[in-house]
Formats: sequence, structure tokens, C-alpha cells
Amino acid sequence: MSTVVDARELTSIRAGRVLFEALSFKLEAGAVLYVAGPNGAGKSTLLRILAGLLRPLEGDVQLFGQALRHDPEHWQRQTLFIGHKPAVKPALTAIENIQLQAQLDGIQLDDPWALLEQVGLLGLEDIPAQQLSAGQQRRIALARLWYSSAKLWILDEPFTALDQVGIELLQQRFAAHQANQGSLILTSHQALTWRPKTLQVLELGEVAYE
Amino acid sequence: MWRWLHPYAKGEASYRLLGKMLPWFSVLAVIGVVVGVGWGLAFAPPDYQQGDSYRIIFIHVPAALYSMGSFTGMAIVALIALVWQIRTAEWSINAIAPVGAVMTAISLFTGAVWGKPMWGTWWEWDARLTSQLILLFLYIGVIALYHAFEDKRTGAKAAAILSLVGVVNVPIIHYSVYWWNTLHQTSTITKFAKPSMPMSMATPLYIALFGFAMLTAALICWRLRNEILKQELHRPWVQQELLGDNAAQTEGQ
Amino acid sequence: MNNASTWQLLKTVMLRDAKVALRKRSDILNPLVFLLIVVSLFPLAVGPGPDILGRIAAGVIWVAALLSALLGSERLFRDDYLDGSLEQLLLVPAPLSALALAKVAVHWLFAGLPLVILSPVLALLLKLPFEGWGTLALSLLLGTPILSALTAIGAALTVSLGRGGALVSLLILPLFIPLLIFATAAVEAALLGMPVSGQLAWLAALMVLTVTLSPLAIAASIRVSVN
Repeated sequence: MSTVVDARELTSIRAGRVLFEALSFKLEAGAVLYVAGPNGAGKSTLLRILAGLLRPLEGDVQLFGQALRHDPEHWQRQTLFIGHKPAVKPALTAIENIQLQAQLDGIQLDDPWALLEQVGLLGLEDIPAQQLSAGQQRRIALARLWYSSAKLWILDEPFTALDQVGIELLQQRFAAHQANQGSLILTSHQALTWRPKTLQVLELGEVAYE
Repeated sequence: MWRWLHPYAKGEASYRLLGKMLPWFSVLAVIGVVVGVGWGLAFAPPDYQQGDSYRIIFIHVPAALYSMGSFTGMAIVALIALVWQIRTAEWSINAIAPVGAVMTAISLFTGAVWGKPMWGTWWEWDARLTSQLILLFLYIGVIALYHAFEDKRTGAKAAAILSLVGVVNVPIIHYSVYWWNTLHQTSTITKFAKPSMPMSMATPLYIALFGFAMLTAALICWRLRNEILKQELHRPWVQQELLGDNAAQTEGQ
Repeated sequence: MNNASTWQLLKTVMLRDAKVALRKRSDILNPLVFLLIVVSLFPLAVGPGPDILGRIAAGVIWVAALLSALLGSERLFRDDYLDGSLEQLLLVPAPLSALALAKVAVHWLFAGLPLVILSPVLALLLKLPFEGWGTLALSLLLGTPILSALTAIGAALTVSLGRGGALVSLLILPLFIPLLIFATAAVEAALLGMPVSGQLAWLAALMVLTVTLSPLAIAASIRVSVN
């Protein structure tokens, strides 16, 4: 088992408020980290730091044994981050969105229709994304997970706007990812119905500043 | 050098260092400005061509010089802020920008006042005045950008990028404006292309230059100290500092 | 694993931006219509006599071009910021400055190039003597990439603020001054029958400088804005 994420002494202050201080944890390959906590506890901030979008005020993160700042392309190629915003272009259709995103992820989709069927978007492919529901847009964004071979997934509230079937589908995908020695970091206000083999839970929002 | 500078990346150490420097700068600024400007205005001999109106250079020249100097200084701390993520450097940008803007405004105003007897008009599209005006716009841009952000750290970084973009452009703007000015020549008076200044005029000018340098430094020190307190308000040392000051005052009464 | 080469990634980003731009044609057309209207206001304001109009034509066209560039600048990063594509751009395994340059290039294609194509119409409206037409078009061809690159810096700096408009103008307009000076001087020289190569060479030099350096500033600004 190799260490995928090694966070050391992370401190983050946003708008004069301490979100977390001296936070350290490790994540092994094939493990799931569930970041819990109330609204405004810093879950998204932590995920964005781990994804390399934000710099912590103090501390550092190592992904795949390398510091985040060192050789970003190395970990960018092995990490997949999906944030609050789905990064779906409203003017483009579902299939265009999925194909362009796949190309950005370095994948040439051989059969985009199969992928559309897997995420339940078949028949909606020619409609501009802005005319689809929030849940359907979220499915377009999450379609990345079905072709991705990234070793680390960082997902901020992936279940938002999904229906029950979608949530089930996504958790099946998570299970397959984990079985494949993939690691997963996620936040959610929804309890997981699936029991990962190795689940770490990180509670944020308990660090009180003196 | 960076190892030596590193402690000053922390707010408290910088605050204390600035506290030690501030009185020196202030005293030297008062002496330099009073002596230099006073001597220049009251005791230096009148110019054989311009009479007494030239005396404005004892304010105009230092202000113009440090308006550009401050911009360069701001760009240097901006680079430090962006590359080494040193927080004191981030705060310095907002400490320097308004001081530089005021210096620019002073140089513009004194330039206009000087222009009245020289050109018979308050405003002439002279190359020097025009590029000072553009410099003022650049300063206003940096200040406006900094204040547009709720999160001051983001604001400081954005302002830092803009200062660097600005400093690359300043020489280009400067020379293009000079070139434009020769193209549309309206006034032929060049202010400083005169035979070397006699000592009796140069000495007070040098003293005024020194005084304005100290004044700029003192103002920046003072603003930076305030900025550090404002940004580090949640840190224990600031609370101690402020409460400590209050306690000292109550004891004194 | 993402094994796409940098060039493939750049092509994808450009393709996506071009597709989005073509779907939202009004965003391309509005700044151009704005430019036409501003230019048509001048004959109404100063009188339609060819002597006045012809003399100020180059200046008016260039000032109007600067303003229309600012008007279209929001389109560069605002939508990407709002829908999350901008933060995904940071995670693409390619240099962010190269990706930024790719976006600027597409923006130029839909905002700058139409200005060059439109320049005879503008010249005609403002009664610019025919000797100046070629130089005007050339100055626009060399100058509009500078416009796109510099407005991109302003747009990237203010994208997270939600109300960029006036602020972007404040930040970027002073930086346009050298461009304005050399571009209008080139047309003026052409009208006087003098050689214009000097001014155009300056414009070309400015363009090369801006296009090389601005991606660094844009990339840094995006990093600060996606925060």
C-alpha cells in the first residue's frame, strides 16, 4: 500500500476565521476519506487545497509522494477533481460537453453513446446543457468518473441534485474505483449507503480558536 | 539574504522593526523638508530666466521623483509577494500605493501651477505632465483593485500582479508619450535642459530630495504598521499590543 | 492517467471556446454593433465635413475599438468562472499560461479579427482618405492582439468580483496608451504620404512583447481569482 495523500500541519484562515489548524492526515491507495462537518466548516476549502487549487496558509500536501508545488503536471495527470460547480458549458450539448472534457482528460472516447447510457443521459445528447435539469447537468459532469483512470478522485458534494437512482449508480462506481486500488476523497451531506473497505472520516468544524 | 529576511515575513517582527525605524524617518523627514523647501523658497537666488516661479521645483522635483520611485518600489515588493508569498510584502503594496499616488498628485498640481506662468495655461499636454497623469491612473487602478476585494489577501495579490504589469508598461508609456509629444509639438520649453544648476540652487534641492525621501519612507512605514495591525487583528500579539498600549496610557493618567 | 500532449490540450480548449462563441453569436456581434454606433455618433457630433472627420477618423476608430474591446472582455473568463471550467483549467496538465494564451487567441479571432475586417466600413463612415485605409487595417491587425491580451489581464483579475465592468476599464485603459499613440500616428503618417514602417514596426514589437508576457500575468491572475 502506498500513500496517496500526505497532508501535514495544514492551517487555513478564510475571511479572518480559522477553518482548521495543524491538520494532518494520510490516505493510502484504495482508501476513502469522508470529510464531514457543518456548512462553513472548511470542507470545500480543504478539498481545494488537496486538489492544488488553493495554497494553505501553513503546512503542505504531498500527493503521490511529491509536494504539490513540485512538478504539478505529475499529480494533475493522476488526480480528478470535481467541485461544486459542474464545469459543464451551458451552451453545448451533453455529448459535446462529455467529449471535450474527455479530451481534456486525455481520453479519446471510442463509444460516447455507451457512456451516455451508463450515466442515464441517452436521448438527451442533442439538447444544450442549459435546458437540462440540475441533476442531468450533474450527470454530465460525473460522466468523467466512468472513463477516468485517475488514481485519486476528489469530489465536492458529488450527490448534489442527483436522484436516488443516480446516487446508487455513483456509489457503485465508487466501489469499482476502490476495488481498482483507487482512492477517493469526498464531502457530502448525505450518508453513504455503501460501506467502503477502508473508510476514514474527518470531522471538521471542531477546531475552536482561543 | 532571504534567510535573513524571513523573520520579517511574520507580522510581529516587521511591526517592531518598522516601529524602530519610524521615528528616525519622521525626524529626518521634518528636518529635510523644512530646511530644503524653506531654503529653496525663501533664500535661494531667483532664476535669471524664470524669476521666482522656478522655486516650485523644490517641491515638484522630489514629488515627481518619488512618485516614480514608489511605483518601482511597489513593483519590487509585488514581485516578492508573488514569488515568495511573504505576507509583509503583500501588505506593503497597499501601504505604498496611496503614498505614491499622493506624490504623483502633488507633482501634477505643482506642475500645473508652474505651467501657469510658463505657458499661460494651467494644463498643457506636455510629455512630462502627461506621463505623470497616466502614472496617477495606474496608481488609482492598483488602489481600486485592492479595495474591490472582500478578502484582502486576494486583493493584495491581484494588486501585486497589476503593479508588475504596470511597471513593465511605465517605460513604454513614458517613451511613447515623449515621442507623441515631439510629433505634436506645442510647447518648446524644456524644464530641466538647462546648464548645470549653481550650487546655491542645487544644495537646497538635494536637501529637499533627501527630506522627501525620508517623508515617503516615514509615511510608508506608518501605513504598513497600521496595515499589519489591521490584518493580524486576530493574532494574540496584536491584542496584547493594543491592550498594552491602553494599559500604559491609563497608568500615565 | 491523462497522457494528452500539451498541444492536444490547447487544441481542445480552443475548440471548446470556439464552439461556445459560435453558439452565443450575440456576444460577438454586440461589441461590433457598439463600435459601429459609436463611430456613427461622431459625424453627428462634430459635423459631417470630410476635413474634420478625415483628420480625426483614425483616432475615433481606435478609441472606439478600445472601448468595444473592454465591452467584450467579460466574455473571456466570466462564464468559465461561473460554471467551474476555470478551476478545471487549473487542473489541466499543461502550463496555465499556454492555456490562457489559447483562450486569448480564440477571443481575438471573434473580437479582434472582425475589427480588421470591418475597418474599411469604419474608414468609409468617417471619410478617412483612401491613402490611410491600408495602414488603418494593418494597425488594427497588429494592435487588436494587444487589445485582446491586455483586456484578458483585466478580465482575469476581476473575474471573481462579479461587477468587473468599470473596474476593468480603470485598470486597463492606461495600458492602451502606447498602442493608441503608435496606431494613430501610423495612419496620420500615411495620410501625409510619409513612410509608416517605423510606427508599424513599433506596433509589431509591442504586439510581440504583449503576447509573450501577458500570458504570465493572465495565468497568475486566474490563480488568484480562483480562490
